[in-house]
Amino acid sequence: MITVLEPGWFTSFQDRGRNGFAHLGVPQAGAADSLSLRHANLLVGNTGNAGALEITLGGPILRFEINTVIALAGGRLEAHLDDSPLPMYQSIPVRAGQVLTCGRLLTGLRCYLAVAGGFSAEPVLASISTDTFAGFGPPPLRAGDSLSVQTHTLNHGWYLRAPPQFPDNVMLRVIAGPHEKWFTSSALADFLESEYEVRTRSDRTGLRLAGRQIPRSNPGELRTQGIVSGAIQVPGDGQPILLLPNHGTTGGYPVIAVVIHADQPRLGQLRPGARLRFESVTRAQALAALEAGETDLRTALVPADPGLLAARSLMQLAKSHPFLQEASVQMGQRKLRLRR
Amino acid sequence: MNTRFVGDSALLVDTENAQAAQQLRAAIHRQSLKGLRELVPAYNTLLVEFDPLEFDVMQFIRRLPQFLKTSPLRNLVREHDIEVTYNGEDLKEVARVTGLSVIEVIQYHSAATYTVAFLGFAPGFPYLAGLDPKLQMPRLKSPRTQVPAGAVAIADEFSGVYPQATPGGWRILGHTNTVLFDVSRPVPALLMPGDIVHFRPLA
Repeated sequence: MITVLEPGWFTSFQDRGRNGFAHLGVPQAGAADSLSLRHANLLVGNTGNAGALEITLGGPILRFEINTVIALAGGRLEAHLDDSPLPMYQSIPVRAGQVLTCGRLLTGLRCYLAVAGGFSAEPVLASISTDTFAGFGPPPLRAGDSLSVQTHTLNHGWYLRAPPQFPDNVMLRVIAGPHEKWFTSSALADFLESEYEVRTRSDRTGLRLAGRQIPRSNPGELRTQGIVSGAIQVPGDGQPILLLPNHGTTGGYPVIAVVIHADQPRLGQLRPGARLRFESVTRAQALAALEAGETDLRTALVPADPGLLAARSLMQLAKSHPFLQEASVQMGQRKLRLRR
Repeated sequence: MNTRFVGDSALLVDTENAQAAQQLRAAIHRQSLKGLRELVPAYNTLLVEFDPLEFDVMQFIRRLPQFLKTSPLRNLVREHDIEVTYNGEDLKEVARVTGLSVIEVIQYHSAATYTVAFLGFAPGFPYLAGLDPKLQMPRLKSPRTQVPAGAVAIADEFSGVYPQATPGGWRILGHTNTVLFDVSRPVPALLMPGDIVHFRPLA
């Protein structure tokens, strides 16, 4: 059990979201930065779909009533466990009675707090994600809430080899279309040469962008059709909207391009004022980027403790992570490597 | 059959109409294809979302004509009467733009027989085909940030009902207490594609 002393600016439960219900109009929701969610879960030994807390901008203060292991991944968060600064991207043991105090996010927009075993909230349509659009799932954290945690074996001492950075200037790779014909002939080229800024009226459904107007050749609306995360919609005013995982399932604005899957987690870290540029790639390049990301994830975790204890943890990790292909640990002059 | 890629993880398939999109969804759904994530039927398209590392999309495109040939499932068509209090925020404006009286707007809206064409936008939100052409008008230029649950509204050639409080740009004619989406029900959406809907005005 974990007691919420302060909820923070906006802290919600998120997992991988609701899958398989889009034909009923149910948004996927789930972590806005799904890669950081996976990193946090990986560090505490959870499966990828375990629920974590999505901390937006900062702020929650939590008291642990149990011994457990936690990890933070995502935008750089000022956090303290009692009086000690808490490093990110490491699995950290926590004793009952300790207080985690989160300050501001210094980079990015969201940080994920995973706990060994995952949070156990009441699932709605097989997910504990808070859907901020349709109002599903557990409500965002409030002061005084008691959070339940699933029991789990506790491994700690792991860290992530190469944590990502979250700069406010990013290049996002896109695949052009599918509605290129709804725009003037030079619109796509102009869009790819321009810089866009994230506006304040952005949320978990989408980022509203400001920048060079994207002129339409057809002022009408599309017939309502299914839409995807990462789509760059262009309403009549020519200012694009970039869809995030909590978007409604259908829409009627033409889409000039779609951010590739490998780059979509980055979208959840873009704060108002962030500057974006877009680069057109092929489907083959998009798939190669996605595959490279999955390969990285399989070797992302490294044990921090040298020695026998670490070696034992290595074996435990191999058992609890069937997808982990390789892990290594330095013991003095020698390196212990485990390869599947 | 016309298809277009939507990014690296989705394909948009054109269909003849909404009913054909529903039938194609059912036919593909029965195949239990590996790596398939979502099938979203709409007005005259089916959006196919997939995991590009698991789903063989080229083979899928080749097999599409074959999916179309499979016999359509005969869904049980249900009829629903939905009671409406016609006190919507946009009722007078719709009357003004259409040149009808408020009473006539209510009569035209409640006299029609609607068919659920598809569910979209928000959980359980029905796109109801069958709106009287006299009432067809575009959605609001600037959507409302909050429309209450149960709002009965119109846009273009459709009528709809907001199942939850969400933002929305449809013109609101009235309100209903009928619960359209309830996750505790085995089928959470009350109105399913193909169902028939009548609106009954409450005094």
